[in-house]
Amino acid sequence: MQASETKPIGPGNAQVMNRFELTKRLVAKLPEDAAVIGGIGNTNFDLWMAGRRPQNFYMLGSMGLACPIALGVALAQPQRRVVALEGDGSLLMQLGVLATIAMLKPKNLALIVMDNAAYQITGGQPTATAVGADLVTIARGAGITQSAWAADEEMFDELATQALTKDGPWLIAARIDDKPGAGTTDRDPVVITDRFMRGLGTKK
Amino acid sequence: MANAAPTPSGTRPEARPETRSWHDIVRETLKANDVRLVTYVPDNVLKGLIASVHADPFFTAFACTREEEALGIVAGAWMGGMRGILLMQTSGFATLANVLASLPVAFQIPTLMMISERGTLGEFNIGQALVCRTMRPVLTSLAVEHHTLTRLDELEFTVDRSIKQAMATRAPVALILSPLLTGGKVFKA
Repeated sequence: MQASETKPIGPGNAQVMNRFELTKRLVAKLPEDAAVIGGIGNTNFDLWMAGRRPQNFYMLGSMGLACPIALGVALAQPQRRVVALEGDGSLLMQLGVLATIAMLKPKNLALIVMDNAAYQITGGQPTATAVGADLVTIARGAGITQSAWAADEEMFDELATQALTKDGPWLIAARIDDKPGAGTTDRDPVVITDRFMRGLGTKK
Repeated sequence: MANAAPTPSGTRPEARPETRSWHDIVRETLKANDVRLVTYVPDNVLKGLIASVHADPFFTAFACTREEEALGIVAGAWMGGMRGILLMQTSGFATLANVLASLPVAFQIPTLMMISERGTLGEFNIGQALVCRTMRPVLTSLAVEHHTLTRLDELEFTVDRSIKQAMATRAPVALILSPLLTGGKVFKA
């Protein structure tokens, strides 16, 4: 499906997709050296289940910090493409980072938001995106002009290709269903740091 | 940066009249330890330090919207090979307990923090005076190394050694700028 010429794609007309399916599509597209920061909860679990990579960082506990951590990696390694994977609840907790990213304009940073309009892992309580908050509009308002909703899987692929190859910062939002994560991340923070730093070449 | 050269191991810093300002000493010591990234939520006491790192192209310095965000950026940058420090005031530190526990402490990421101390020695805002009491108990309960900087002649030694220890032991450290060092923020009636 192509983006409608008359009606822009928004949360109201984007197809509801599946997080694990989209995460697998993203991982398949990643350049080998691209770093990915997975936010807490199901976003993280699906990144883990989509195939462990030494360039993946699996965050535990510090809700909302996937985008700031990704920004830090992007600033430290401007030649490396860096992706933050977040949920709607997590991004809503740290919306200010969108303004900081827009201010710094890191060319190598992409944010991908999986929006199920709920705090799914705590019992499905609705987030503000369930009643009108539009994360793409918010990101554009913060100054991340290259922000878009994925209308469907094909468009998600196209947007992800752009975000991984062209100058950022980028934000891609996808509406997703309420399926739980496909598995659970092994919660061993020291091992996660060690593998990630070896993956980034900052530890021998 | 001759002045910021690390003190030879096992010796006390030589007592000498210190002519530099506290923020010049901090900036030079950060530089001598290759701390290039400075994230901050601004504060009046930190104004001179913030201005001087902005003026020096060695540093990448910018304001963040929240201290949590600023800490996450410093943590990510360290894993990517760039050392950083987060500057904030006491009330900002009070927003950090959860992310400190779950990110730098749990993941063993040496996050450097510098906190300008409000709430004591002449505080005029009761909210600052109250929240100040939570700072050292939070640092102590998380077993985060912290030092209160009160003297110009000890400043370089304490900052230099704290950065080196944080990096070597992969642990966060908090350096608290006392009004005894900086003059603090005073009430002008």
